Order: sequence, then structure tokens, then C-alpha cells
Amino acid sequence: MSIRVLYFGRLKDTAGCSEEQLPWQGGTTGTLLAQLRARSDSWAAALAEGQVFRLVVNQQIVRGDAEIPPGAEVGILPPVTGG
Amino acid sequence: MYCHISIQAGHFDLAAEEAALRQHAGDAGALVAFQGMVRAHDAATPLAALFLEHYPGVTEAEIERIARNAAQRWPLAAVRVVHRVGSLAPGEQIVLVLVASGHRKAAFAAAEYLMDYLKTEAPFWKREDFVDGSSRWVDAKASDSDAAARWG
Repeated sequence: MSIRVLYFGRLKDTAGCSEEQLPWQGGTTGTLLAQLRARSDSWAAALAEGQVFRLVVNQQIVRGDAEIPPGAEVGILPPVTGG
Repeated sequence: MYCHISIQAGHFDLAAEEAALRQHAGDAGALVAFQGMVRAHDAATPLAALFLEHYPGVTEAEIERIARNAAQRWPLAAVRVVHRVGSLAPGEQIVLVLVASGHRKAAFAAAEYLMDYLKTEAPFWKREDFVDGSSRWVDAKASDSDAAARWG
């Protein structure tokens, strides 16, 4: 199984893409963030506490550590700068 | 409360939007309009364009949630929000907030509340593209968070 991960704002520069498919055995948003942070120092810095505003699972903004079901779309949102 | 949210690349027409909103505003005695424009000189190097992106579906839902929260605080008849995305030149319109209410105090306060939360809660990201070819993603501002926090 896999999940589709979407990157926004400056996270696109870190990822080098706007989205990717990741193999997924189940877990939470915390599991996913830990996996991504382990990729490199630049990932760890980009996804450090305070750099990530919110996560979105299947178009729903989630608070705290939320379950990511296989097949889900997950958006990782850096701090927002609209208006 | 009538509520209409749009996220679009194109321009908006203030007069047309006001006329359209008044069709849904009933006997409202006050209509406040706020327009935001792209500033050219926020940094040392002049801006060529401001690029904005959003999260389709999620951003619209979040703005609607902010508008519903405003309607819990003030008696609002109608709210219209238009937020542009894509590449915008200095001086171009970027955001429109219209609020219709029975009285002006509620309309002014709700418009300001909506702008404070649009800046701190709605999923938009801005990148500054400068005339020298460099670019950078804009950092979230503590002053914007403070402005939103004062509503408690």
C-alpha cells in the first residue's frame, strides 16, 4: 500500500517536487514526519517542530498525532502567509 | 448567513461583487469592503511579482470555517471573500473581503477579524520573485499571529 504526500510553499524546494507516492504500512502523522526527517539534515530542518503548521489527511486538517490510512492523501503545510 | 468564497487567478471587480452581495444582504445597513494590494517595496530589492499558492479544497473550507466563526461573534448578513493565487504584479489586487451586517460596528470588526485569520489560518503561501531574478518564500509574521490572537 502507499500514500500520496503533497508539499506546499518552501517544502516544495526541500522535496524537489510538489508530491510523491510513499510506501505505507500504516501509522500516524507522527510516523510519517519521523520518516521524512530521517532522510537528511535538510529534511530534518525543514520539518522541525515549529516549521510545520499543520497536516491534512484526506482533505481534513488534523490536530495532534492522527492516523493515516493506506491510500490516503496527506498534505504537509508550512506556516501560512496569506492575505 | 450568506457566505461565498472564491480562490481564483483572475482579477475581481469590487463594484460587481458589492452589487452581487447586496442581493443576499437583506436589510443590512452596513457593508464594509477591504481590498489588499501587492506592495512593490517590502524588501531591499524591488519585487517583480508575488507568487501565491493554496491547497485546493482545503483552503476554501478553512476560509468558510473562519467566516462561520465570525458569524458566531457578530450578527452578519453576508460575507464574500475572493483571494487570488498565481503570479501577481506589484499594485495588483490580492484579496477582497466584503461583510454586510445590520450595523457598521459589527461589519468593521468582522472584516478585520476575517483578514487577521486569513493571514494566519488559511492555507496560502507567498513567494517573492525579485527583479534581480532571486526569489524567496515569505516567512510567517509574529505580528500577524499577535493580531489574530487578540480576538481570543
